[in-house]
Amino acid sequence: MNNKLYGNLIFELSHPGRRGYSLPKNTFGHHEIPSNIKRSTDAALPECDEMTVVRHYTNHSENNFGVDNGFYPLGSCTMKYNPIINEEVAAMPSFSNIHPLQPEHTVQGALEAEYNLQRALSALTGLADFTLNPYAGAHGELTGLMIIRSYHQSRGDEKRKKVIVPDSAHGTNPASAAVCGLEIVEVKSTSEGLVDVEDLKPLLGDDIAGMMMTNPNTLGLFETDIPEIAKLVHECGGLMYYDGANLNPLLGVARPGDMGFDVMHINLHKTFSTPHGGGGPGSGPVGVREDLVRFLPKPHVVKTSEGFTTEKGCETEYNVESSHVSTFLGNFLVSLRAYVYILTLGKENIKMVGPLATLNANYVKECLKDVYELPIDVLCKHEFVFDGLKDKSTGITTMDVAKRLLDYGYHAPTIYFPLLFHEAMMIEPTENESKETIDSFISIMRTIAQEAHDTPEIVKDAPRTTPIGRVDDVLAAKHPVVTYRQMLQEAQ
Amino acid sequence: MNYKYFPHTEEEIQQMLDKIGVKNLEDLFAEIPEELRYRDKWDIPEAKSEMEIRSFFNALGNKNKQLTCFAGAGVYDHYTPSIVPNIIGRSEFLTSYTPYQAEISQGTLHYIFEFQSMMAELTGMDISNASMYDGSTATAEAMLMAFNASHKADTVAYSETLDPKIISVLKTYAHFHGVNLTAIKADNGMTSVQDLNEQLATGKVAGVIVQQPNYYGIVEDFTGFADACHKSKALFIINSVASDLSLLKTPKEWGADVAVGDVQSLGMPMAFGGPYAGYMCCTEKQMRKLPGRIVGETKDSRGQRAFVLTLQAREQHIRRQKATSNICSNQSLMALFVTIYLSVMGKEGVKEVAQTSYDGAHYLCEELLKTGKAQLVYERPFFNEFLIRIDHRDDFFDKAVAAGILPGVKVGEDQLLIAVTEKRSKEEVDALVALL
Amino acid sequence: MAKVIEGLYYSESHEYVRVEGEVAYIGITDYAQHALGNVVYVDMPDADDEFEQEEGFGAVESVKAASDLNSPVSIKVLEVNEALEDEPELLNKDAFENWIIKVELTDKSQLDKLMDAKAYEAFCAQ
Repeated sequence: MNNKLYGNLIFELSHPGRRGYSLPKNTFGHHEIPSNIKRSTDAALPECDEMTVVRHYTNHSENNFGVDNGFYPLGSCTMKYNPIINEEVAAMPSFSNIHPLQPEHTVQGALEAEYNLQRALSALTGLADFTLNPYAGAHGELTGLMIIRSYHQSRGDEKRKKVIVPDSAHGTNPASAAVCGLEIVEVKSTSEGLVDVEDLKPLLGDDIAGMMMTNPNTLGLFETDIPEIAKLVHECGGLMYYDGANLNPLLGVARPGDMGFDVMHINLHKTFSTPHGGGGPGSGPVGVREDLVRFLPKPHVVKTSEGFTTEKGCETEYNVESSHVSTFLGNFLVSLRAYVYILTLGKENIKMVGPLATLNANYVKECLKDVYELPIDVLCKHEFVFDGLKDKSTGITTMDVAKRLLDYGYHAPTIYFPLLFHEAMMIEPTENESKETIDSFISIMRTIAQEAHDTPEIVKDAPRTTPIGRVDDVLAAKHPVVTYRQMLQEAQ
Repeated sequence: MNYKYFPHTEEEIQQMLDKIGVKNLEDLFAEIPEELRYRDKWDIPEAKSEMEIRSFFNALGNKNKQLTCFAGAGVYDHYTPSIVPNIIGRSEFLTSYTPYQAEISQGTLHYIFEFQSMMAELTGMDISNASMYDGSTATAEAMLMAFNASHKADTVAYSETLDPKIISVLKTYAHFHGVNLTAIKADNGMTSVQDLNEQLATGKVAGVIVQQPNYYGIVEDFTGFADACHKSKALFIINSVASDLSLLKTPKEWGADVAVGDVQSLGMPMAFGGPYAGYMCCTEKQMRKLPGRIVGETKDSRGQRAFVLTLQAREQHIRRQKATSNICSNQSLMALFVTIYLSVMGKEGVKEVAQTSYDGAHYLCEELLKTGKAQLVYERPFFNEFLIRIDHRDDFFDKAVAAGILPGVKVGEDQLLIAVTEKRSKEEVDALVALL
Repeated sequence: MAKVIEGLYYSESHEYVRVEGEVAYIGITDYAQHALGNVVYVDMPDADDEFEQEEGFGAVESVKAASDLNSPVSIKVLEVNEALEDEPELLNKDAFENWIIKVELTDKSQLDKLMDAKAYEAFCAQ
């Protein structure tokens, strides 16, 4: 690979007059576009031949690290294997070459896939029905909170404007609540890392719309008090929201719907194996209990005696049964991949997902807890959190360990989250990882702990073997250069 | 056990359980109260082999009909160069996460920087983010941005000439966030200037949203809109079809503060509604209010040029309950799609695509009018899509679908919204006209 | 140990008010700049803007944190410190020397409710 040349920006490889495309001859005859609606100068897009473009982006790909490259123990992100057959199905023209506004009788296959996925997600979570419209986990949270507010509004109960969120929650929870027009009330965790029921009780009242929880929580611990918490929240008139980011360990073991949760979202790109794609497209289906189904956003796929169709919202007026969070039916091809995954696993294998993910996490934890600080030493679920190295005298931080891992060809864990610990390092090995992979990761983690003691400067200076070293993010934020045009202006 | 996605043997599982100090897998869940465990059969089908999966989805796909597409309404059947799906399928892109570890994510960070640069070029704006979920939600984010930027004004006004699907999303977000959302009347297919000025005169308007070309395919004249908005301290927001911007006057030239829209028109498969991506661009002045991820240039410890996620203080994971947007991802792979598409089509290709689409639509419109069985609903300049009244529309529509043609999107009782792209041949266009 | 200066008024959200005759200067304390780390941007209001006591008038951003600026007292903005636009890091160099806004106090009696140096020092030590 010639990193220097093809690793430039595509704009820097551009030469006036080069072409990378061919289109058929225009046989419609020229129609002049009126000059008052035309742009005055061309967009300064690159001009490249086809092979230059191919080499350039292939070069980009070589500077990336994905699940297919190696172990990716990124906590709370569930970086499981993304089966290739999912991609093959998603690429079928019979699914990718249909317009979302075609008459429904011409898209029965697509609607059937969506409907069946809704049913499968219901079966696996114990909730009555799902919408596949939300585009991502955060979007699902927002949608779920909208449903909770719609429920209260439909009963004429306008004063419920607060939502309870544990202090260990994903940062998105409070942000989603704020966008939905709700205020956040934080509930503390006990020293065992679970929601403090005694701290919760005084917060409950007739101004509470609901409570958001992740279970297992961000420390990887199952919230054993969940039946009591759900009971208390329901008694005060609130609804229980399940943040599905950590659903993977429960797949095949237990169902949020049976724990008292009324509304939830699922990250198909975590639990159901669809690729993360460098940050998206994901998908955040939202499920609800029976009496909330009418508040699901529209359009919503249903089955009738004549086949599959969609319930549509009211076009002219907003009402609680006519909310819209997407242009069409969400990221359809992402839903399709998740459906392939479920059918591939089937009922026999899906029940092993949670147990094997949990086995792997506990094994890593047990093999490393003598050299890394384990603040809460109990059985974890799919992930767990270390609070940095056990030996605090070396001056080596969690950031240093994470960067050193890159040198050894591993992706880093999630770091500095959750906020409960200063040197948090959140590790999640999924069910797909072999024992050899996990053992070699353990061995490298132990090597780094040893290096921190013997040769700390090596760890401090890491990474060295990656295409670039540690980046200056203060410089980036202080003088933001976010386009090529700005880069050229800076150079002048 | 032995299943293709689960590598452990029974023996390995036992070794690991021993290390953990529990007897069996069941014991790993000992703390979960028994009444919360699910002990029934899982109500999903039995596992399928890969061959069975293939034939199952082939059969399912065959229940869909691929039609020669003259439908638009926000989703256009443009040509996809072969290299685009091929390269975005590379697993280093496909299976990576958000580029938080910059040292091993320069590929993603590089292409996002290129994406931002290209969207800034197309829209003429100074700044672009790394993409949004889709065009509708990007428009809703722009509405929230205007609302939250203002101390006193609580209203955002949208033109009635917006796509109703976008309006529905705006209404939903506005309802829950507490934005007073008002409609600016349409006047013969274009935004009413008089109504716009009357609404701005209230002093309550924080933002104005219009669409170009509008829902009916009409290219509106926004002369004076930006000045009127700025005089009232309102942000001027334009939603555009990305592909058309290669030839159309840019949001920047119209004086927009924020430019949003969907990038599906840049060669993306229609895929029954998604995944696509939204774009969101703004002036330098609004940069720190822009939601979503942004990649910026910096240097690494070795003095090399490098790229990194930046301006993160804007983002939800830092602002938490003070956040004005909860978006934490982008449609990264679709942004990569756009970046490769725009690289290979290049400066000339995007213009050729837009011009051919324009020519095709005007040719089709002329031919339909010649039959005497169709009349334009609005006599206004249009781009590659137009609203036309058709005699016995539903019969015509059904006849076309039966012939394997999707003749457009139905509007009202007797109208059809018809779009043409460079993918339609003259033969296909003539075949559609012949059915009338 | 963060620096605290005698003679200023301090708020619980770590802003200070320095009164000089009819005008006053508002900025963030040394404690606050320490907590934020490298400041990369200061979001400032416009001259003539008016803010009620405890109303947000801007924000200070570092790479990994953002902190809203709340007005310790009711004010009318006379001037903003334009040097911070290009060199936000001045707040890290000397937070007391580099004020953020120069203001007119609309209700001087509100100063009584703020902390003096000693009380603020104790407040930070908690």
